[in-house]
Amino acid sequence: MADKVLMKGNEAIAEAAIRAGCLHYFGYPITPQTEVAAYMAKKMPKIGGVFLQAESEIAAINMVYGVASAGKRVMTSSSSPGISLKGEGISYMAGADLPALVVNVQRGGPGLGGIQPSQSDYFQSTRGGGHGDYHMIVLAPASVQEMAELTVKGFELADKYRMTAMILADGTMGQMMEPVSLDFDVTPPPEKPWATTGTKMQREHNIVNSLSLVPEELEQLNFKRYEKYAEVIKNETRYEEYMVDDAEIVIAAFGIAARVSKNAVNEARAQGIKAGLIRPITLWPFPTAPFKKAAEHAKQFISVELSMGQMIEDVKLATECKVPVTLCNRAGGMIPSPELVLEAIKKAHKNGGVD
Amino acid sequence: MATTNFLFSGFGGQGILFVGKFLAYKGLIDDRQVSWLPSYGPEMRGGTASCSVIVSDDPVGSPIVSNPDVLVAMNLPSLDKYENAVVPGGMIFADSTLIERKVMRDDVKVYYIPATRLASENNIPTLANMIICGKILKALDDFNEESVKAALGKVISAKHADMLDVNLKAMQIGADYE
Amino acid sequence: MAVVFDKPHALIDVPLHYCPGCTHGIVHRLVAEVIDELGIEGRTIGIAPVGCSVMAYNYFNCDMIEAAHGRAPAVATGVKRADPENNIVFTYQGDGDLASIGMAETVHAAARNENITVIFINNAIYGMTGGQMAPTSLPGQVTQTSPYGRDPKLCGYPIKVCEMLSELDGAEYLERVTVNSVPHVRQAKKAIKKAFQNQLDGKGFSLVEVISSCPTNWGMTPQKALEWIEEKMIPYYPLGVYKDRSAEKEAE
Repeated sequence: MADKVLMKGNEAIAEAAIRAGCLHYFGYPITPQTEVAAYMAKKMPKIGGVFLQAESEIAAINMVYGVASAGKRVMTSSSSPGISLKGEGISYMAGADLPALVVNVQRGGPGLGGIQPSQSDYFQSTRGGGHGDYHMIVLAPASVQEMAELTVKGFELADKYRMTAMILADGTMGQMMEPVSLDFDVTPPPEKPWATTGTKMQREHNIVNSLSLVPEELEQLNFKRYEKYAEVIKNETRYEEYMVDDAEIVIAAFGIAARVSKNAVNEARAQGIKAGLIRPITLWPFPTAPFKKAAEHAKQFISVELSMGQMIEDVKLATECKVPVTLCNRAGGMIPSPELVLEAIKKAHKNGGVD
Repeated sequence: MATTNFLFSGFGGQGILFVGKFLAYKGLIDDRQVSWLPSYGPEMRGGTASCSVIVSDDPVGSPIVSNPDVLVAMNLPSLDKYENAVVPGGMIFADSTLIERKVMRDDVKVYYIPATRLASENNIPTLANMIICGKILKALDDFNEESVKAALGKVISAKHADMLDVNLKAMQIGADYE
Repeated sequence: MAVVFDKPHALIDVPLHYCPGCTHGIVHRLVAEVIDELGIEGRTIGIAPVGCSVMAYNYFNCDMIEAAHGRAPAVATGVKRADPENNIVFTYQGDGDLASIGMAETVHAAARNENITVIFINNAIYGMTGGQMAPTSLPGQVTQTSPYGRDPKLCGYPIKVCEMLSELDGAEYLERVTVNSVPHVRQAKKAIKKAFQNQLDGKGFSLVEVISSCPTNWGMTPQKALEWIEEKMIPYYPLGVYKDRSAEKEAE
């Protein structure tokens, strides 16, 4: 374990981003993600990178748009209210097919809400958040190690598909410290012949743009973008299964909710209840296949969320409503306890008529 | 001792987060699985502070400690709030300089340490936290000087290397207190 | 036959979409001439705004980026900082873009002395959307959204961008020009060239405000519109250099 260090999730994101070759960071202070900015402010000047505290979230995301246009790896981070402000820029980046990483360390909402952990931006991130037909690749880490690894993966996927990748974490993931190994492989950015790096008088000018006034053309652009999304769905769906093979009660949970649920699943198994857990790691694309498969033997699914029930809709879609799907949740910055989840499992077990 | 759940609580400025971080690092050095989770927000600014630390032989599930095996209460509000949350058979370490009342439960092991007074008497007024920490390690039979020193080296920046011995001294005072 | 007048290389030979009599064409040309003369086309990246000049990316031969409404200075900040040694970055923005929705981005880029060039077209109206009141519309000016004339009691006073930014320690160079006559066009070109040269010299944030006309939405002939600039716009928006930090330093 000598190569492991204790880091906060937020710091792990920042350090992993630097190791992934991101030398440009733009942000604006907001709890509970400020450590990302603080870490960047300290490190970037020493390695020839750029840290800039923007005048607003809106400005920050547009600075990201600028660096992405210029062909470099770039990121911003914020928490829920700030992500709403970035929604405009994220939509423009989708329309201009620009790669970048956006980190959302969620807090309770709506509005100014609170500052405690939440997962209530699930809809916002998986459905787009800004206007128009588009998706982001949404990665949901459940440990500090994953905060780091998925940050690197996020940059790689963003470059590979010319999309925005989002790390959808929460206050717990951002603030907690765990041992983390920063020894991982990084795929360097590909060539970006589309980038606005100056023509050098050797090629036609490049245009980075999301405007397309001819509806027939804009339709084709959308069709083409969705062909790309189909590739992402095919190639990049990620999830973890825990004791699902024979499970009668299957929990769906991501991030901190999955950590809590794992405790409950262990306790349920100790009490003789066949419980299991499917943890989506990509929230978009959503891992439909394992849910569909589990629906063949599960008697009930329980979606455990730090929200009023958002991912539950995707679970219902994935299981095609063949099996009941119920919600076990806390909201507004509260976190479900393992006991609460265990109670939900026991209740499902009882109602499911299992001996 | 497969898993120990620690909960540290006190005023902001008492070094609650620091002592938690130290124990997490010590766990890491001892080749165990660890997590550290602070309370965050307005309470950081002069109010109460708390942090959850889990040290385990197995991968840590939820990092949130609601029912600690070990509670460290460095002020009265902390004891009032968390006394009943401690698991039966668990331990409570209370700074008896600042907490005048006794623990009411009889199913837990209680250690009263006048840590703030001891710190003051020994001219290390900011290290009541580490005095209690020394007592915890002693009580858990886990005062391995080598890993303690290594962990201190991780949580004390090179700039303040002179603080390493002082921290060790504080922990020794705690460990020796009966 | 000798060619005595040609399009600048930095301007692509396509029809512009601007209305007859609009001064955007003149300013586009001046920017392109300056890019040619400084020999920087191959390393220049332009940022188009939202507004009438939204499709400027189709007209300039250098690399171009289309920004969200008002965000051009933030996008320019990103592009510049991505490669500060190579990239010459300019934004081309109207009054709604720069002085209304994008005011924060403008002010903070100036405050940071961001080493970029800003071409600011002030024609006191929203042209693209059909003639609504702009942050720079004059008191009493009739527009679609101030049909009884801009009433300062109701909607405040016009914003004088050069004067306002001149209070910032960060800004390097601020000049207001117009293009309603040949001498004014010549002065405008001088200012634009200086604004680019400043960037090449690493001096920082340089903004040229060009008082422009909008015959269509002003409801005037092109000729009358140029006269209106002289009679109404310039008295409210006096031409001249509002800040030239390097010159001030030299003078000291």
